[in-house]
Amino acid sequence: MSGTAPHFVEPLLKTPFHERARACSQVDSFIAWSGYTTVDVFTTMEQEYFAIRNAATLYDLTPMVKYRIAGADALPYLNRLVTRDLKKLKTDRVSYCVWCNDSGHVLDDGTVFRLGESEYRLCTAERQIDWLLDSAVGFDVEIGEITEEIAALALQGPTSCAVLKSAGLTGVERLKPFEIGHFSLGAARLMVSRTGFTGDLGYELWMEPQAALQIWDALLEAGRTRGIRPIGSQALNMARIEAGFLSPHVDFVSAEQTIRTGRDRSPLELGLGWLIDFEKGHFNGRRALLAERARGPRRLLVGLDIAGNKPAHNALLYSTAGGRREVGSVTSATWSPTCKRNIALAMVDAPYFEVGSTVWADIYLNRELVWERRMSRATVVERPFFAPDRRRATPPADF
Amino acid sequence: MRNPIVRHDCIVIGAGHNGLICAATLARRGRSVLVLEAQPQVGGAALTREFAGGFHVSGCAHLIHLMRADLVRELDLGRHGLKWAAQSLPTTALRPDAAPLRIGEELSGPDSTAFREHALQMRRFASGLVPLLSRVPPRLGTRDFKDFAALARLGWHIRKLGRRDMRELLRIGGMNVYDLLEERFSDDLLKGALGFDAVLGTNFGPRSPGTVLTLLYRLAAEAAAGTGGLSQPQGGVGALCGALARCAQAAGATIRTSSPVRRILVEADRAVGVELESGERIEARDVISSADPKTTFLKLLGTAHLDTGFVRRVTHLRSRGLAAKLHFALDAPPRFLGLPDECLRGRLLLAPSLDYLERAYNHSKYGEYSSAPAMEITVPTVNDPGLAPPGKHVVSAIVQYAPYAHKDTWLTEHGRFLDVCVGLLDRLAPGFAGAIVHAELLTPADIEQEFLISGGHWHHGDLAFDQFFMVRPVPGAAQHRTPLPGLYLCGAGCHPGGGVMGTAGRNAALQVLEAA
Repeated sequence: MSGTAPHFVEPLLKTPFHERARACSQVDSFIAWSGYTTVDVFTTMEQEYFAIRNAATLYDLTPMVKYRIAGADALPYLNRLVTRDLKKLKTDRVSYCVWCNDSGHVLDDGTVFRLGESEYRLCTAERQIDWLLDSAVGFDVEIGEITEEIAALALQGPTSCAVLKSAGLTGVERLKPFEIGHFSLGAARLMVSRTGFTGDLGYELWMEPQAALQIWDALLEAGRTRGIRPIGSQALNMARIEAGFLSPHVDFVSAEQTIRTGRDRSPLELGLGWLIDFEKGHFNGRRALLAERARGPRRLLVGLDIAGNKPAHNALLYSTAGGRREVGSVTSATWSPTCKRNIALAMVDAPYFEVGSTVWADIYLNRELVWERRMSRATVVERPFFAPDRRRATPPADF
Repeated sequence: MRNPIVRHDCIVIGAGHNGLICAATLARRGRSVLVLEAQPQVGGAALTREFAGGFHVSGCAHLIHLMRADLVRELDLGRHGLKWAAQSLPTTALRPDAAPLRIGEELSGPDSTAFREHALQMRRFASGLVPLLSRVPPRLGTRDFKDFAALARLGWHIRKLGRRDMRELLRIGGMNVYDLLEERFSDDLLKGALGFDAVLGTNFGPRSPGTVLTLLYRLAAEAAAGTGGLSQPQGGVGALCGALARCAQAAGATIRTSSPVRRILVEADRAVGVELESGERIEARDVISSADPKTTFLKLLGTAHLDTGFVRRVTHLRSRGLAAKLHFALDAPPRFLGLPDECLRGRLLLAPSLDYLERAYNHSKYGEYSSAPAMEITVPTVNDPGLAPPGKHVVSAIVQYAPYAHKDTWLTEHGRFLDVCVGLLDRLAPGFAGAIVHAELLTPADIEQEFLISGGHWHHGDLAFDQFFMVRPVPGAAQHRTPLPGLYLCGAGCHPGGGVMGTAGRNAALQVLEAA
């Protein structure tokens, strides 16, 4: 918790897990995230990545921005805010959403938790209380930021359900994807949602900051025989690219923050058209998105499978190996150890949208300070790159 | 639905002058039009009403000078009963302790040459800006030829001014009127009177930025009107709306008074009609609102049908009135010290210096009324004795500044402000207070209540550089069309704005016709 020290005294806040994270950190690699100091790597990125795919991992997601949205008009308010139809979202369920400005450009993506008849929680990457409050004009709804009031941990990986059961969360195995359950762990109350950013079996745990250390300890203890380890943001980033999830500031820039014309992205361009319900009534950006749908998006975020094993970080994409006509660029890239494929997310121009289309990635390699260049064939493929059955299996196996 | 559905081509919300002009224009082009007015009579804020037994006065604006002559001819308002009690009325500047000054070509004294040059130059600038005033503003960033042509036309009109005038327009365009008048004139009374026209009906004092622009705007609107200057309709401003209503009805429009609209009905992202406070629902292909933008969007339509960014712009619209209205029923004609009889029929300005005006404005910034307010005074019964019982008189004054929200409460301050005004008038015209049969003060808060204008702002929103032209009232609704298909704006909140001008109503009708 931040305490009351003003931000210029303590420029980066510490999360309630900081004490433990500091103790587990072997390489002293911390990064700033939404005003908090968080771990980038605890030991090595590879070790942590393999724990996500083969065991269980703890990731501190307290800095994720959280808003409480409650009141008689909470549902109509949210339905006007986001592009998806939340009328279908039942209590104790979670929905992945995007929301747009008037011109249909994405402001942010995040998750909406329905916690009661007229109480919701919105988890976002960006702080945006001004937009949320301005959106409330004419609605009977209360909005407040509660980021500091809730500590949050992601427990992800094939053995995550088994770890929770060992910790005493009886019945957690019955939670379906995007479902919320309420448990106690010792004296602490714990809200568990079967959600995550890894595309794997996993859960997110929401608790009071006072209970944070006790729960961290209990989970590490319960997972000792199941390979549990804390992870930093680097390993998570590899996993989220495999899962095909977008990262703000990396795969798109919030329309509130772009400066140059044409740098905004619509959900249609980001391949998130499936999140838009044009039939539900009015929502922010609907008229602009209808017009865009009618004329067809000019660019699209796609998955690429790239020849070779050199990650295509920031590569420009060309229509031919000759590299004369530029047709897009890579936004996220990694070698996928699990898929054994060289994968990337990329923004490509029309007409390279279809699965099977070929573009060429201009990859630069730094080999002991000597730069080399590879023009590698890149094929548009389906996303996600990695989607194991266990992410949806209910109840999950123990592994 | 509780009632059978009646269908019209167009529903116009509000029977003010803009609503009626819009309705008349549409009806004359063969549209079936229904006008819905909340009050028992037409006119909106442009009405004549009895404020004391036998005494009648124009409720808000009391002079007509911006209404376009071609519009009056086109709608044949003369045939529909519009008569002028007087036209080309003189303007005279008053001061408490010295002789009044008649403002006009015949002005004598040290400022006479400068005044004539100033007047000519302002007239040239105003005519350069006329194309800005009369047409629907172009949209920015489109490839539409019409938008491009409109911008080109404006550029050409300014270019035609010539190098010297263009340079001067560029120099003074962003100045405040205080600095400009200090440069040009020496007589405080003259400067005060000229400065008053720059801030009349605005939220500005003479030292506020952009007040040369508001002055040019007023002059350009007068130039666009091309009429006989300050005019007074026989029977008050309400008589103009009476003629407009008869014109609209003659063309086939239906006008229903005492029919307040509760909300605008929306189906499949299109305005499809209105629901009245009575619960009656009426369908129409297009709904055109002459209500102010805040009332239209936030109250009648509802934010659920609009995007957040648009709502943000509407809520940020500055629309709190600062002008109050004073009405007096008098036993005897007011005798202003030193005022020739000929001047009493015209417009009397009380703004004896620019500092007086600026001081009057200072109070309003802090939620107080001016301790020595500025006034535009008329005695309408001089030209139109029928407004009062025989031998009696009516005085109508626009008073600045009175804040919309008093820092304490208007409940207790209302009477005190009236006393301040009466005291001031009694000094200018000894015996004034004793002749009062009845007095009425409408603060912006009262104007909001009586005329259903959000903020009580006569112009439905400040006339200021950031709320002019293609950003009036807000981007996304500046061409009378709104983000919701089938819903249009036709009131003073649109370009070219307030004053009894009617251009907004007419241009809105043309946009509706064009869209069909």
